[in-house]
Amino acid sequence: MKATGSQIIVESLKKEGVKHIFGYPGGVVLNIFDALYDAKDIKLILTRHEQGATHMADGYARSTGKVGVALVTSGPGATNTVTGIATAAMDSIPIVVLTGQVPTMLIGNDAFQEADIVGITRPCCKYNYLVKDINDLAYTIKEAFYIASSGRPGPVVIDLPKDVSAAQGKFHWPDKLNIRSYHPTLEGNRWMIEKAAEKITRSKKPVIIAGGGVILSGASDELRIFAEFTDIPVTTTLMGIGAFPTNHPLSLGMPGMHGTYYANMAIQESDLLIAVGMRFDDRVTGKIDAFAPNAEIIHIDIDPTSIRKNVDVDIPIVGDSTKVLFTLNQILKDTDKPQWEEIRKAWIKHIDEWKKARPLTYRFDENIIKPQYVIEKLYEATEGDAIIATEVGQNQMWAAQFFKFKKPRTFLSSGGLGTMGYGFPAALGAQVAFPDKTVIDIAGDGSIQMNIQELATAVIYDLPVKVAILNNHYLGMVRQWQELFFNERYSHSYLHEVPDFVKLAEAYGAVGLRAEKPSDVEPVIREALRVRKPVFMDFVIDWKEKVYPMVPAGAPIDQMLFEEEPKTKEEKKLKVIK
Amino acid sequence: MRHTISILVENKFGVLSRVAGLFSGRGYNIESISVGETLDPKISVMTIVTKGEEAIVEQITKQLNKLIDVIKVQDLFEVDHVEREMVLIKVAPPTQLKAEALRLAEIFRGRVVDSSQKTYTIEITGDEKKIEAFAELMKPMGVKEFVRSGKIAIAREKIRQ
Ligand SMILES: Cc1ncc(C[n+]2csc(CCOP(=O)(O)OP(=O)(O)O)c2C)c(N)n1
Repeated sequence: MKATGSQIIVESLKKEGVKHIFGYPGGVVLNIFDALYDAKDIKLILTRHEQGATHMADGYARSTGKVGVALVTSGPGATNTVTGIATAAMDSIPIVVLTGQVPTMLIGNDAFQEADIVGITRPCCKYNYLVKDINDLAYTIKEAFYIASSGRPGPVVIDLPKDVSAAQGKFHWPDKLNIRSYHPTLEGNRWMIEKAAEKITRSKKPVIIAGGGVILSGASDELRIFAEFTDIPVTTTLMGIGAFPTNHPLSLGMPGMHGTYYANMAIQESDLLIAVGMRFDDRVTGKIDAFAPNAEIIHIDIDPTSIRKNVDVDIPIVGDSTKVLFTLNQILKDTDKPQWEEIRKAWIKHIDEWKKARPLTYRFDENIIKPQYVIEKLYEATEGDAIIATEVGQNQMWAAQFFKFKKPRTFLSSGGLGTMGYGFPAALGAQVAFPDKTVIDIAGDGSIQMNIQELATAVIYDLPVKVAILNNHYLGMVRQWQELFFNERYSHSYLHEVPDFVKLAEAYGAVGLRAEKPSDVEPVIREALRVRKPVFMDFVIDWKEKVYPMVPAGAPIDQMLFEEEPKTKEEKKLKVIK
Repeated sequence: MRHTISILVENKFGVLSRVAGLFSGRGYNIESISVGETLDPKISVMTIVTKGEEAIVEQITKQLNKLIDVIKVQDLFEVDHVEREMVLIKVAPPTQLKAEALRLAEIFRGRVVDSSQKTYTIEITGDEKKIEAFAELMKPMGVKEFVRSGKIAIAREKIRQ
C-alpha cells in the first residue's frame, strides 16, 4: 500500500492497538497531525503542556498495563517531555514518545526548533531512535513497542524528522522482530528456585517485600497464593502498593522512610527476606549497612542489574515475577506444610504485637482538618473502588499510608524520580482509559501548581477527575525536613498566597469546593463524587501536620521518629520527637 | 582491580555514546576505550579498560549487557588473554643520540614510520609494560609527541589437555 511517512506512522500505531495519543502539535509534526485528522479509531487528546502529555501516557500505561503514547513537536516540545520520560524510566513504565525533528538535511545546523532529543533522552529512556529512512518507520515502531513493554518495561523515544514523515513510501507491517542483542530472561533458574523454596520452608522469621515489578508483571495472584500458603507477611514498597491487599491480615503496609513501625521492625528482625520485583531503593533500606542485619536474601527480579546493586543477595533469581512465583508455588505445594506452620504462628504473633503497639495512626482534631482524615474519608466514600494518583510530598505519603489499596494498578505515583506535577496528568491519563471509574488525584498545593494547566484538558475532554488538594500553604515535605533537621529555618518553603483553587476551578469551567473544618470533609467529598465533572476539592488542612513515622535520611530503618510520647519501655529506646 | 572488558555491539549510530554515557552517568571510570568494526561490518567490538572493586565491575558488565545494542560482554579479567596497544612517538634526539634512538626502536621491535632532518616517528606495539618501558627510555630523546591507541584485547584459545 502506497502511503506517506505520516500515514505509515498512523497505520503502525493502529497495528499496535493504540486507541489514544496524548499530544501537542508544532511545525515539524503537522504532517502526522494531518494524517491523524482522518484516523477515526485513534483519538488524540490535546494537552496543555508536553510534560502533561507524557505523564498522561504514563498514567494510562500504569492503570491499564498497555503502552501509553505521546506525540509532540521538535525542540521545545521534545525537551518538555524529558521529565515525563525520566519519571517513566525510574518506575519502569512502558510509554512510547514520538517527537518531531527538523528535516534530516538540517539536523546539526541549529535549525529553528532543533534539539538533539536522542542525545538528551539517551540516559533517561530504555531506548531511542532517530528514523532517517521512511522504509524503517514501520519496523522501528513495532520494535519500539516491543522494547517498551517487554522485559523490564520503560520509555522509548522515536525521533521523526519532518522529511521522513512527509516522504512517500510503502506501508509494510513486519510480522517478525529480530533483535539479536535483546533477550530478557523470563524463566527463573529452576535450581535456584528450589534452593529458595528450601530456605523458605526452614526460615523462622521470613518477610516478603513486594515492589512495582509484581504489578508490572501481573504477579499479584501468584504473590497472594505464595504468601497465604506459606503464612509469610508481606510489605509492599511505594511502587508495590496494590500488589497485595493492604487490608489482608498478612499485610504489613509500606516499609522504609515513612513505612509502618511493624514493617520496618519485621524486616530488621527477619532471618529471610524474599524480595520480589523491588530494587532496594535507599528510601526503603535506610542505612544500608544496618539493613536487615540477620536476614538472608532471596531476590527475584527480571533485571539482573537490580540484583546485588545495593545489597548482597544469597539467592539471586533473574526472571519474570509471575513465572518465578508460579514455579515456586508448584515446588512448595509438594513440601510438607506442617514443617513451618507452628514456627510461623509465633512470628506472626510477634508481629501482631508490633502492630498493636504502634499502629499507623494520627491525632484527630475536631476543629482543624487533619490530612489523614481526608484520605480516610476518601477511602470510605469510594469503598476503595477508585484509582488514586498522587503528587509528591506529604500528600503522597499520607495517601500511601491511609488509603487501603486492594488491587494492582490503582495507585499511580512517581516513586523513583519523585516528580511534583505528576499526579494530575497521570490521573487524567487513567480517566481516559477508564471513563467510568472514579479517579482521584491526591495533591499538595505546591505540586498541583506544577501542571495545573491540564485542568483545561480535563474540562474539554470531559474527564471527571477529582483533585483533593491538601492545602497547607507550604511545600509541606520540605517544611517538615526544615522543622526536624534545620532548626525550623523555613527557607523558601512557605508559598504565601496560593490561588483560590475554587475560583480557579470555576474559571476553567470545572467545579471548585472547599472544606475548612472537619465536618465539611464528608459533604465535600460526597458532592465531588456526585458531579460528573472535574472537581478541585480545596481542603484547608492543619499546616503543622507531619508525616510519621519517619526514618531520618541515612538512619537505620528501625530508628523511627514518632509523633507521640512512647508508652512502653521498649519503645522508649527509640528516638522520639515530642 | 583493573579489568579489560570486551564488548560486541551493533554497529549503529549512537552506540559508542550509549556505552560511554553509561560509564559517565553511573560514575564508573574508563581508563581506555577503543572501537572498531569486526569482520562483520554490522558488528563492532569495543575494548574498555576500567578499574573498580568486584561489585562495581559486576554492575558494569550487567549494565552493559542490559543495553539494547550490546550483543555480548566478556570480562577478560576472568580468562587468560592477550592485550596490545599501539603507540606513535615522535622524537628529536640530539645528534649524538640519533643512533641510540634507532637502536632502541629495534630492540623493542619498533618501526620508524616517518623521519625528517630532526625527527623520527616510531611505531611500537605491545602490552602496557613494554610501552611504558619504551616510553621511559625515549625520555632523553626529546619526545615531541606521544600518541597511544588505547588497548585492544582478545582471549587466548584454550589448549586441550
Ligand atoms: C519537580 C520537583 N521539584 C522539587 C521537588 C522537591 N520536593 C519534594 S516534596 C516537595 C514539597 C511538596 O509540596 P506540596 O506539593 O505542597 O505537597 P505537601 O508536601 O505539602 O503535601 C518538594 C519541593 C520535587 N519532588 N519535584
